[in-house]
Amino acid sequence: MTASIPLSAQLINLFAAVILLLAFAMLAQRRMHSLVNLFALQGLALCLATLVAAVSTGQVHLYFSAGLTLLLKVLALPWILYRLVRQLNIKGDVEALINIPTIMLVGIGLVMVAFNVALPISELSHTITRGTLGIALAVVMLAFLMMITRQKAISQVVGFLSMENGLFLAATSATYGMPMVVELGIALDVLVGMIILGVFFFQIRDQFDSLDIRHMEKLKDS
Amino acid sequence: MPGLLSLDLLLIAAAAWLAIGLCGLLAARHQALVSQVLFPAGALVGLWVGVTGIAALGGDPQTAVLAIGLPDLPFHLRLDNLSATFAILLGLTSAGISVYSAGYFGKGDVAGLGTLCLEYHLFLASMLMVLLADDAYAFMVAWECMALSSFFLVTTDHKHEEIRNAGFLYLLIAHIGAIGILLCFGVMTGGAGDYSFAAMRSQELAPFWTSAAFLLALAGFGAKAGLVPLHVWLPEAHPAAPSPVSAMMSGVMLKTAIYGLLRVSFDLLHTTIWWWGVVALVVGLVTALFGVLYATVQNDMKRLLAYSSIENIGLIAVAIGLTLIFHAYGMDALAALAMTAVLYHCLAHAGFKSLLFLCTGSVLHATQERNLGKLGGLIHPMPWVAWLALAGIIAGAGLPPLSGFVSEWLLLQGFLFSPGLPHPWLNMVVPVAAALVVLVAALAGFAMVKFYGIIFLGQMREPALKDAHDAGPWERVGLVWLALITLFLGVMPSTVILRLDAATRQLLGAGLSDTLKEQGWWMLAPISAERASYEPMLVLVTIAATLLLSRWLVRSLYHGRVRRSSPWDCGYHFEGPRAQDTAEGFSQPIRRIFEPVFRMQRHFPAARDTQPFYSVKVEDHFWYWCYLPIARLANWISALIVTLQGGRIAIYLMYSFITLLVLLMVARP
Repeated sequence: MTASIPLSAQLINLFAAVILLLAFAMLAQRRMHSLVNLFALQGLALCLATLVAAVSTGQVHLYFSAGLTLLLKVLALPWILYRLVRQLNIKGDVEALINIPTIMLVGIGLVMVAFNVALPISELSHTITRGTLGIALAVVMLAFLMMITRQKAISQVVGFLSMENGLFLAATSATYGMPMVVELGIALDVLVGMIILGVFFFQIRDQFDSLDIRHMEKLKDS
Repeated sequence: MPGLLSLDLLLIAAAAWLAIGLCGLLAARHQALVSQVLFPAGALVGLWVGVTGIAALGGDPQTAVLAIGLPDLPFHLRLDNLSATFAILLGLTSAGISVYSAGYFGKGDVAGLGTLCLEYHLFLASMLMVLLADDAYAFMVAWECMALSSFFLVTTDHKHEEIRNAGFLYLLIAHIGAIGILLCFGVMTGGAGDYSFAAMRSQELAPFWTSAAFLLALAGFGAKAGLVPLHVWLPEAHPAAPSPVSAMMSGVMLKTAIYGLLRVSFDLLHTTIWWWGVVALVVGLVTALFGVLYATVQNDMKRLLAYSSIENIGLIAVAIGLTLIFHAYGMDALAALAMTAVLYHCLAHAGFKSLLFLCTGSVLHATQERNLGKLGGLIHPMPWVAWLALAGIIAGAGLPPLSGFVSEWLLLQGFLFSPGLPHPWLNMVVPVAAALVVLVAALAGFAMVKFYGIIFLGQMREPALKDAHDAGPWERVGLVWLALITLFLGVMPSTVILRLDAATRQLLGAGLSDTLKEQGWWMLAPISAERASYEPMLVLVTIAATLLLSRWLVRSLYHGRVRRSSPWDCGYHFEGPRAQDTAEGFSQPIRRIFEPVFRMQRHFPAARDTQPFYSVKVEDHFWYWCYLPIARLANWISALIVTLQGGRIAIYLMYSFITLLVLLMVARP
């Protein structure tokens, strides 16, 4: 079976697997600094996967996508996040709401669900990258899980960004990426969202003296 | 103007109104400029619209496509006889109201006059566009512009909480109505996806869907017109708005809803089922009775007029119902008679109700008082307003020789032929409705006498009323104009009906003109002169002659020693305005007779009270029967939903996550 798969598809599958692995690593990672590192690595893997897809299919806009990913997710966003971590003076462990081994078990369950759900969709697709659709969905779900289980607002933002990585991978794998305009729009949205969230972090910290989201429970109407 | 169709002239008028509104916004600081130049300019445009409408009556329909709107979805416009009729109503009524506004808003310091000017003229322009729209898209856009601009006009004085609440209620019911209208248009496209009225006309719908469209239209336009039970916004919004705005809303805006109902039920749907008429007739009767009964017991002069508007809309709905019944049985001459009553009452009500609302505006400006219990005797300091209001009162009470009588007479003439209906139940039950219509007319007379008597006659109930000043020159011009319309509609009915005939013919294929042409302009005999006829000129001359003769007789036979005593002091010797009949006292018999209709909270003085007082508060049953239960249900559902809102972000994310998972599992192929 392996013989029938071309090298490019194998490479893409490899990178996708790396992305999934990194998603698990992020789920398990307790330290803020390393979390951002892992996020940057995930971005790099995504960039390489897109690049391989671009080379093997010759689609010009995929090169742009890869470049955009490199600029935004490997360089710009991690840099902003590092700055935020430094300025907000976040140190030490990131407290999870549920203990890490349980989260990992739930994560494995989610991956199975994701593959199961993605199977019929990837059969409809004719791209060389179609095998990675399940992985992409799993990455989205794992990132979502991370957002749910973390207590610090900044790690939820990392989860959100990682979810966007998963979506990007899904788009690349199912249809060789979205139209350029959409991709640019999403990239811009993520960047602007990040900047706004950065501003909010400072506001939240000024208000509650902490970035712990438990303090925001008081905000609901009663 | 050669080369320009009437439709173009009307479009230019709409653009002119918009331009005037924008000028008002730009020149907001120069109050004198806005009030003395822009509002009169708006009145001239109104006159232009009216004259263009009159000229367009009887012509062929004109269509145009306006390249604004969404891409591939231009505005289709059409001017036919029905829209021309209502354009006349809009133009001539708004001309009077705009001139009046020049004086009304020129006095004192009106905050935000610039935005008011913009909203007012946008309101006018959007009403004109409603009348001209020829596809559902243009219609809804204009309709919503109309609703929004009038909402902002109602909340002009938004610093008071009750005015904000009234505005909210108005907006809410306007939107419920808009949903009904939208669904009605949706049904009428028949799923073809073409929203132009031309496509709807050619659509063949199953009877179920035609009925659905009619009922949706009745509910949707009924919400705007104030049909029971969607009337609750009217008595709140009219007192809250500045008087010219109330006049415009009551006189003109309610008629756009009638226009919409006529357009849908007689033009766009080409079948008519007899029970539609029964539904409209019953709803109209309930509305008319409800409106007039509540009008008689009001103590706030603008609320009284608002309830009276509900009553008049009810009468119009009754006439529409009668038209539908006659039309469904193919009795076209009678349908034309009832339709003429509809159109005539629209015109008449626009004239006299605007006149009365403007009179309340003058009284309000002169006395700062809306409560009838604190007014009285204003005929002495305000003779112009008092005498012109009398014209409105006579028309509103449905007395000859003014406009209200003509339309009610036409309606009753229509009822007199209803025993000829080929349906065994209808020909017995419909004449009973005529009796109720007469009851409504009589009670309307009662409400109007109360309104006029308590405000203008008797003695002044407060000493401060002596300083009340009469209406200014601009206001007088506006009032005189509307009074002239009322007089003209009352005295020259055949002339008017011969012009309106084009609209009736367009909708029903029959009109009254054949019978009317044989008679002279002085006489109105819709079916035949043997059956019933009305000569308004004769009535007018008789009234005038009787008055002059009695004056002459009194002058020549009486000894000439004039003795003045204070009016309405009930024959007692203690002088003082408190001995007069109060607004509450005046309507006490009605409250007693129709007690179950009202929801009353009364406080009676006891024998031993040292400070006895009497108070009565009349509330609307519908508020407790329909609206509060709905509000409670909404609150209860909201309380259930609130338990979902735990405040923890992790839980919120979990909701999305579980939804996503479930959807993924369910949507698996």
